[in-house]
Amino acid sequence: MTTIQETDVLIVGAGPAGLSSAIALRRQGVAHVTVVDREPEPGGMPRLCHHTGFGIWDFHRLYNGPAYARRYVQQARDAGVHLRAQTTIIGWEDDLTLTYTSPAGLGALRGRAVLLATGVRERPRSARLVPGYRPRGIFTTGSLQRFVDERHLPVGRRAVIVGAEGVSLSAFLTLHKAGVQVAAFLTDLPRHQMYFPYAPAKWLFVDALHRTPIRTQVRISRILGRKRVEGVEITHLSTGQREVIACDTVVFTGDWIPEHEVARQGDLVMDPGTRGPQVDVAFRTSRPGVFAAGNLLRGAETAATSALEGRQAARQVLAFLHGQPWPAHRLPVLVEPPLLWVLPNSLAPADLHTPAKVTFRVTQFVENATVEVRQGKRLLLTQPFRHLLPNETLHLSGAWLTRVEPHGEPVVLKLSG
Amino acid sequence: MPTTYDVAIIGAGAVGTAIARELSRYRLEVVLLEAKADVGMGTTKANTAIWHTGFDAKPGTLEARLLRRSYALLEEFVPQAGIPTERLGGLLVAWTEEQRQTLPSLLERAHANGVIDVRIISAEEVYRFEPRLNQGAFGGLFVPGESLICPFTLPIAYATEALLNGVTLKLNFPVGDVRQEEDRHVLSGPRGQQVAARYLVNAAGLYSDEIDHMLGHHDFTVTPRRGELIVYDKFARRLINHIILPVPTPITKGVLISPTVYGNVLLGPTAEDLDDKTNTATSEHGLQTLLEKGRAILPDLLNEEVTATYAGLRAATEHKDYQIRLHAAQRYVCVGGIRSTGVSASLGIAEYVAELLAEAGLPLQAKTAFQTFRMPNIGEAGPRPYRQPERVAQNSDYGRIVCHCEKVTLGEILDAIHSPVPARTLDALRRRTRATQGRCQGFNCRAAVVDILARETGQDPRFLLALDGNDPPEPLTLTPPTHSSQEDQA
Repeated sequence: MTTIQETDVLIVGAGPAGLSSAIALRRQGVAHVTVVDREPEPGGMPRLCHHTGFGIWDFHRLYNGPAYARRYVQQARDAGVHLRAQTTIIGWEDDLTLTYTSPAGLGALRGRAVLLATGVRERPRSARLVPGYRPRGIFTTGSLQRFVDERHLPVGRRAVIVGAEGVSLSAFLTLHKAGVQVAAFLTDLPRHQMYFPYAPAKWLFVDALHRTPIRTQVRISRILGRKRVEGVEITHLSTGQREVIACDTVVFTGDWIPEHEVARQGDLVMDPGTRGPQVDVAFRTSRPGVFAAGNLLRGAETAATSALEGRQAARQVLAFLHGQPWPAHRLPVLVEPPLLWVLPNSLAPADLHTPAKVTFRVTQFVENATVEVRQGKRLLLTQPFRHLLPNETLHLSGAWLTRVEPHGEPVVLKLSG
Repeated sequence: MPTTYDVAIIGAGAVGTAIARELSRYRLEVVLLEAKADVGMGTTKANTAIWHTGFDAKPGTLEARLLRRSYALLEEFVPQAGIPTERLGGLLVAWTEEQRQTLPSLLERAHANGVIDVRIISAEEVYRFEPRLNQGAFGGLFVPGESLICPFTLPIAYATEALLNGVTLKLNFPVGDVRQEEDRHVLSGPRGQQVAARYLVNAAGLYSDEIDHMLGHHDFTVTPRRGELIVYDKFARRLINHIILPVPTPITKGVLISPTVYGNVLLGPTAEDLDDKTNTATSEHGLQTLLEKGRAILPDLLNEEVTATYAGLRAATEHKDYQIRLHAAQRYVCVGGIRSTGVSASLGIAEYVAELLAEAGLPLQAKTAFQTFRMPNIGEAGPRPYRQPERVAQNSDYGRIVCHCEKVTLGEILDAIHSPVPARTLDALRRRTRATQGRCQGFNCRAAVVDILARETGQDPRFLLALDGNDPPEPLTLTPPTHSSQEDQA
């Protein structure tokens, strides 16, 4: 039916990870790099974030989201990357060939290597099983940003933000701009998790933020209203007491889930913690020639983290194109609660010669904790932490990697005691 | 005084629209009245989306007979109208020895209902059919005819064919009062509007008892029975091959796990009798109950993401059978108590109601021609535009995906907005195209969908988003395209 179009590297997703990787590959001499994206414009999620705070780490200056996205798109074009927007991957024809649909027709693209960088989304209300009616006025940060900045549609008058982490602040700024009063932030944890950007944002938006309570140790237990949201019922976790906050808008923020549709269609092995594809230190998935990078790996990090990761992945893709063998065997790395995930979540024998960066997240605040890494009965590492913060990526020393037995049992990360 | 129709039908659910379509075969002036803004908005839209064989109906009841008749009629209608269906078969699983012992009587009942291809299978066979089922099954009953159906497309297809064949459809038209006036019924709607008809059909679902009272009858009371359901992500679809049914009890068919024609997996429904006919909220208790049941039947299901939750109300009555009654002197047919099988029995009921109307003196003179209509396919088993190179080549909007999760294209959205029974609300658009119904629930496309709908229909987005009230909403009359009816009456 369709002819297969050949390319050296096929990248799915034109966000910070995909674009930075494409740029790096072109600059390192790869002849033909194609990036497809299902959105009408390339650039990824930053296109939707009309507030500042982008670019410090990767461009060493401050941009707002759309300007940051434009800069990546321009760099990609300048570097000779083939960008194809409004092109949706609909399946895998074979290990390295993806089929797509687009206004210009259907087709298939084959890369000598494939990099998946399809990003994340927030879990919507239904996936969080919040009961009640299904009135209008329920958003995620992503849909809210599209309403306000992309389509200039009305939102509401008074909102409750579910979540109190970095992205919740982003939702706050968008609501503030749209003239929507924020009744409260809600979090089931004992403190908010708006770490670094909170202080400067508080300074910038001192009035509005001061008037906005952060309700801790509560969960949203019901949505009220039939046609339009009329309020939310919250339940205090310690007492079980219920309370109603009147509002006509609810924004569910955070609670990330990777956009793993293409990865799962390809039957890549998925990690139960990140819910993204399982990768080793070289961003290799379970399928030879297929790499993954960016927020697809583990929920949302900053755009810069994804972009820098894209560049790292590009080095690995290049090594593969130059003949570096694909590992035949990999060892899973697992976590136990309250650890949420670890990256890399699998280890290839070749990864074990040198220490590498290991990151993880936890689901709750823990003070004076010790993280230990074990392989079977062998203790590979203990590392003390004064504070473990939820919704924040934490770094673990990678020195233990050299002590892993390549054909041994799975590696497990957990808290001591 | 308004013009007098031959027949007025109250309620445009699966049953009401099917009756309207059936009557549109004849030389009659028919009006279909719906309280809500679209067809299929009550029990029809929020159920388990299963096309029942009626194998477990009580033999000898009207329900059993009409389900059986309807199954045959639907087998003809479904492919012609392009209704998404999948004949997967139902697997009724016995989880206790006691339940296993009831299987022979269920088999007998199925046979008595004329469903003869049903068979009892061993526990080994159950696991061969469904390897991922939880341990502990004692055996099962396999019902090959149980199928999936799209309960959204069905009533729209009926209403479209009805409209194309001369029926007038009035939306946002709740009937507040029915008055007898010589040889006709005068129905009062919103904003002082009235409709008059010589014959009246009450297919008002949850409100059928209230309409029945307006005509002086007290034969039954509708008790809304809430069913909550959880829709799992399309990646759960690979976990099962059949509709997994429990052994039914007298109150309910029980909690089932079933694929949907859209490629998701449904878990539900609960069964809870309420007083409020508008309470379609999900509840903490209901959803928790479903999770427990789901875990017990198919443990892997709970590792998948939830796409949606919803609740529907079935029109249960104190009676065990349908409450379909002809009051010939009044020229009135009551079609009440259709409970949970309205979608499956719709064509059988429609045919039966036409017979009853004829019995009461309505002349059924067949038209020479009947215009059919093929619905756009929104099921995964059939061809979707984004996968059809020739359609994309004809119109690039069929390659322009707006809703990524459900792969809904701009072309399909525009078609739905400009179809004979048009989508004018977000909900109507959602049910015609599936846009915003996927795993991200509008994270990506809701703004675009609101924007397109507002632009194409000239409606204010604030109204679509229920930010500015227009309560009660303006009634909307859809009249048949003039050429078809004139042709026929000539």
